[in-house]
Amino acid sequence: MSRILSSALFIVIVAALACVPFVADSYGVTLGIGMLGYVTLATAWALFSGPTRYVSLATVAFFGIGAYTVAVFSETIPYPLLLVTAGAIGLAVALVVGLSTLRLAGVYFVIFTFGLAELVRQLVTWYEVNVTGTLGRYIFLPVTPEGIYWQLLGLAAITFLISWWIGRSRIGLALKVIGDDEIVAAHCGIDIARVKLALFAISSVIITLVGAIQAPRWTYVEPTIAFNPTISFLTLIMALLGGAHRLTGPLLGAVPLFLLFEWLSANFPNHYSIILGLIFIAIVFILPRGVLAFAEENWRRWRKTEIKNLPAVAE
Amino acid sequence: MSELLTINGLTKRFGGLTAVNAVSFSIHRGEVVGLLGPNGSGKTTVMNMISGHLAPTGGTIALGKETISGLAANRIALKGVARTFQLVRGLPSLTVAENVIAALAFGRQKLWGQAARTEALSRLDEVGLAHRADQSAQDLTYIDQKRMELARALAAQPELLLLDEWLAGLNPTELKTGIELIRSIQKRGVTILLVEHVMDAIRALCGRCVVMNAGRKIADGPTAEALADREVINAYLGDAHA
Repeated sequence: MSRILSSALFIVIVAALACVPFVADSYGVTLGIGMLGYVTLATAWALFSGPTRYVSLATVAFFGIGAYTVAVFSETIPYPLLLVTAGAIGLAVALVVGLSTLRLAGVYFVIFTFGLAELVRQLVTWYEVNVTGTLGRYIFLPVTPEGIYWQLLGLAAITFLISWWIGRSRIGLALKVIGDDEIVAAHCGIDIARVKLALFAISSVIITLVGAIQAPRWTYVEPTIAFNPTISFLTLIMALLGGAHRLTGPLLGAVPLFLLFEWLSANFPNHYSIILGLIFIAIVFILPRGVLAFAEENWRRWRKTEIKNLPAVAE
Repeated sequence: MSELLTINGLTKRFGGLTAVNAVSFSIHRGEVVGLLGPNGSGKTTVMNMISGHLAPTGGTIALGKETISGLAANRIALKGVARTFQLVRGLPSLTVAENVIAALAFGRQKLWGQAARTEALSRLDEVGLAHRADQSAQDLTYIDQKRMELARALAAQPELLLLDEWLAGLNPTELKTGIELIRSIQKRGVTILLVEHVMDAIRALCGRCVVMNAGRKIADGPTAEALADREVINAYLGDAHA
């Protein structure tokens, strides 16, 4: 019953969001694009990093690869194929990176992924400067903001469905076991490397597609824009704020934080980075396991004290 | 009786330290064998190499006719080796039932959904933990965590079960239950290798013991004989007591 209800709710929400471009002005659509982008990024990030607790800072590497693929091939490959190409490149990079990082854990993985993002950026910069001769690229594609909005909405919905399906499937359990204890996971018969690789690949392809879909919005890209590390950090902090272990956690983190950052960058353009840093620190200190977990724990504690009080009344 | 586990010249070096030095022994199908020795004698390292947690530096381990040494732990698990750990390893973010389902879903049976849940509950019932199935694993007491770990190992439907000090830290009543439990597992035809310091349990359960000291095998035989061995007494108590 609750399953039918939640799927109905899901369909209604997606349908309602699909109607937004008909009523909203152009600023509204732009806001929607940014929000959907981050919701998708955070959900895709949490897909892999949530249960395995492998904190990845490579988000922007894939995001940038998506955007750059579109920029490079926008005049040679027709649009829908452009996205497929971007996804394929993202997948190839994810598999190479995944295979080489499977043995890394904890902080080493974090550093590796951060280094990867920087490496990709420097490589693209080097290539553009030394081979193409120009650093920036223009993207002229006949894609309207509404079109981008709908594509992102579709991708967000698919990401949600994937995340939901994984959470209920065997592979979801495998991820949780790996996140808890890799030694036990191996002794249960789980092929850790394969599970991690598969999830990392799925997550990375989605992130690549977000970059590819959003690219036409910029018109002009250069490596510092497409590979801006802030994107990795924002994605991470959004997922953490909501709670990376839950289906709706990243969504609940991404929406308020995106609005907040939007407001901050409009009103405090000079102090934006400082405030951003403070918010990061605050979230890690106050809500290390996310709002959802925080709310749940307090709810449980509150109920427990209520139950504890009962015998006292009986006396 | 055919041999289930054959270990030949098994060696493990950690840098300059030889933790296990050319150890050879075998276990028949259906046997319960104790692996004994003072602390640091290399018992757990042997267990770790059998289960695939550590790769041997030298020597071979065979399960039935198949060589398993050098395989990854997940491959060895699928061939029918399950274990518990000296320091209990629960999966804290899962429920007790899910801990067992983990072994069912990816082990030899590949059970999922309702079938896995039913099977998990019956495995938990076996170790007396069914009433805690839906609790979080991190809320369990130490003893119950041990039980859960055993249920998880049993869920893998092992041919060879490795118990690493599973009976340590139990009170006399629990020890009695624990011994009965291991006996009932043996009756189902599971071969068991146990590392243990609880002598009562060893005498009650093990028909045969392999004793190690400083990485070498120093005795191998029927429990009473192995425990009376001069070298074994030396190893445990020192020369003066021999």
